[in-house]
Amino acid sequence: MIGLQHYMVVGAILFVMGVLGIFINRKNVIIILMAIELILLSVNINLVAFSAFLGDLVGQVFSMFVLTVAAGEAAIGLAILVIYFRGRGTIAVDDVNRMKG
Amino acid sequence: MIDSASLLAVLPELILTAGGLILMLVAAFGGDGTARIVNALSVLTLIVAGVALSCSLAHGPDAFGGLVRADAFSVYAKALIYAAAAAAILLAPRFFSTDSALRPEYPILILFAAIGMGMMVSAGDMLTLYVGLEMNSLASYVLASFMRQDGRSSEAGLKYFVLGSLASGILLYGISLLYGFTGSTAFDGIAVALGDGVGKGELFGLVFVLAGLAFKISAVPFHMWTPDVYEGAPTPVTTFFASAPKVAAMGLTVRVAIEALGPAGLDWQQIVIFVALASILFGAVAAIGQSNIKRLMAYSSINNVGFALIGLAAGTPAGVAATMSYMAIYVVMTIGAFACILQMRDADGKPVETIASLAGLSQSRKGLAAAFAIFMFSMAGIPPLFGFWAKFLVFDAAVASGLTALAAFGIAASVIGAFYYLKIIKTIYFDEPTGAYEAKGGAVENVILTACAVVIVLGYLLNPVLDQASAAAAASLF
Repeated sequence: MIGLQHYMVVGAILFVMGVLGIFINRKNVIIILMAIELILLSVNINLVAFSAFLGDLVGQVFSMFVLTVAAGEAAIGLAILVIYFRGRGTIAVDDVNRMKG
Repeated sequence: MIDSASLLAVLPELILTAGGLILMLVAAFGGDGTARIVNALSVLTLIVAGVALSCSLAHGPDAFGGLVRADAFSVYAKALIYAAAAAAILLAPRFFSTDSALRPEYPILILFAAIGMGMMVSAGDMLTLYVGLEMNSLASYVLASFMRQDGRSSEAGLKYFVLGSLASGILLYGISLLYGFTGSTAFDGIAVALGDGVGKGELFGLVFVLAGLAFKISAVPFHMWTPDVYEGAPTPVTTFFASAPKVAAMGLTVRVAIEALGPAGLDWQQIVIFVALASILFGAVAAIGQSNIKRLMAYSSINNVGFALIGLAAGTPAGVAATMSYMAIYVVMTIGAFACILQMRDADGKPVETIASLAGLSQSRKGLAAAFAIFMFSMAGIPPLFGFWAKFLVFDAAVASGLTALAAFGIAASVIGAFYYLKIIKTIYFDEPTGAYEAKGGAVENVILTACAVVIVLGYLLNPVLDQASAAAAASLF
């Protein structure tokens, strides 16, 4: 029987994968965008699972908002990436270092 | 159900939304030539929204079934936010016109960010909190990369976007845990559930939520984006980042900590104390080696956020009032300091950002040098300037609630922080001049500069008003 714990574990695994995808990834920025989407999806799994478990609709409404905002965020992220690429000719993570830090 | 009282309670947001959308159409049809008129109308929209705050207060405190709060706290924070946003719009044209990057999108994006910030400080539910936060963040990412041709600006936008999205993700994960374990996303619902005891799940959620919020106020250990973004973003945008979103995020943090997580006070108090101490210390120490003034201001803002958090760590109405007073005074100091930084231009009118170029400013631009000195002394917390009063209030609140060690450490660290502020004053007044500066500042910059300087010097006359407003704001949370 698949219970709440299973959903939470899947959510946690996806979340950790997303965070690691941002920090460990040294290749290119597109992968970071995918990792961000992964984090938001893990949150959605959590919200929907809790919502079903609690018998409360708010979680599902919340996940709809998260989906909407995620779409906007991806659009803006890609737009910034495009102007960055135009200026620099690369999207490798190691090259994002014009300023130290 | 949507009733007219709810709509009147969010009247400032409605005005900003309508104004922003109409101005966007004006910009779309009129092209870049409309930049100045859109600038002026945006400021007007912010002023009208500011006036509408009184209407919002009259129809509060609860609107839309508790999703939105229109209480004294949100009105106080929104007044600050709108003022700071208006200043950031007014300071922009002269900076952008030298690079012929003056475009009408700038004030419109700031208007949209202001709507988001307004929603942040008046959130009564995690859902409103998240939507407001994202609305502010999405506009800010675009603002950071506003100078598309400039490599530093687009890099700042990219870094801000990646780390800001990560922060939102962490915050959301915390919200989902809090929702799952307390069964509610409303702040009062969460508080009721936490009142029955704080379990492991709730604790995890609390930590994730606070981590996400610490990111937004750029508190240590989640500060790493701040110096890069502040340095890379165009200076008027940096002015904006350092002022309005700081107030909004701090207001949001205070509201979540008190209203939603209040019963778990002992659990978050230690986190806030650690974050406050780390921010004060790191902000003070890391700023010492900086040569770029915008980077230095970034560390200065990290440092200031630490001091403001001391008031929250106290967890009392007096502490929250002190934090809100601190933010008000901080915004005035920051906008004044950035109005000075915006006047740092070489003889050809090109903006310069190195601290070394300030050498000998006291000989070429006496007024500007004096203003710089006032703001730096005030940030260092030297009496009788107003910055001292801000620090005094938070330390006073901390001592009153028994956090004497925290206050003592804060005072010691503020001495370290004073070093780099004083170093700038030393460069201005005692170093040999290196290069000529532009002979005259812009009229708008000078007006804002003078206004901020007057407030900082004569601020104590405002004390009765400020104290009363902060106390009323704090009282509406408890």
